[in-house]
Amino acid sequence: MRATVLVRPKAGILDPQGEAVETSLKHLGFAVGEARIGRVIDLEVDAGSEEEAQAAVERMCEQLLANPLIESYDIELGSPA
Amino acid sequence: MSLPKPRIAVVVFPGSNDDRDAAWALQALDAEPVMVWHGDEELPDVDAVVLPGGFSYGDYLRAGAIARFSPAMRAVSAFAADGGLVLGICNGFQILCEAGLLPGVLQPNASLTFVCRDVGVRVERTDTPFTSRCAPGQRLTIPVKHADGCWFAPPELLAELEELGQIVLRYDAGENPNGAVADVAGVVNREATVMGLMPHPEHAVDPLLGSGDGALVLASLVDAAREHTLAAV
Repeated sequence: MRATVLVRPKAGILDPQGEAVETSLKHLGFAVGEARIGRVIDLEVDAGSEEEAQAAVERMCEQLLANPLIESYDIELGSPA
Repeated sequence: MSLPKPRIAVVVFPGSNDDRDAAWALQALDAEPVMVWHGDEELPDVDAVVLPGGFSYGDYLRAGAIARFSPAMRAVSAFAADGGLVLGICNGFQILCEAGLLPGVLQPNASLTFVCRDVGVRVERTDTPFTSRCAPGQRLTIPVKHADGCWFAPPELLAELEELGQIVLRYDAGENPNGAVADVAGVVNREATVMGLMPHPEHAVDPLLGSGDGALVLASLVDAAREHTLAAV
């Protein structure tokens, strides 16, 4: 089963990359604010059901993919593209 | 009779680049460094462990996040759990935070640039195995060189660490090179048996290289490791 994990800096956590990109977008003339940069992790999960896959990916996030002190995560499950 | 030389492990990860400097400095301070490969599942008989600087596993995902799963780190965690002395320098600090052996996390520098220069740090506590040779409040000049040195802990955790005296090194006012919260440069665990710091004491052991202040930190560790050797005899 395909899983996509979105890892984001938590609200209030310093994100200098987001700030730099926001400044650059403003230089290009775009009216933007609050740019934040996270990361996307695509996975093929070997699981019998959606619930099982969800539970497994949550454990992956807690143990490795995100650092809970500074990052939050969202999990999207879907069939192969 | 000369004093026994304590044996101090230096763990070498793929991407470590200060392992030999650490070993050289420990030798210069009368310890016997023992190099340990990251794939080794057991530590040799040592009195302390140093996790050196570098870019283990290419800093993939987050600095230190992958190294924590290496077999040697499982051995280091067990060593630390038994009260063994562990010092993490720069990448070693990042690894210890990711492994949960030290509080907080090291984020990318606020400037988004790699910093490489001498910084002034203040010793906040001298009753630890890593700072016993320092005077209270002593100012040390030690170089930093990192891209991910911005130590962070949420406010409630930071308050707890301040209360328990776990912030051992702080950048001098105006010298914070990375945006670390509360100017934190080095922390210890609650028992003060594990320490991590971003500055590189192993690069400041000989005054010929600009400062000998790093020797105070490493010689403190050597002293404590030697006590461990003597206690075991």
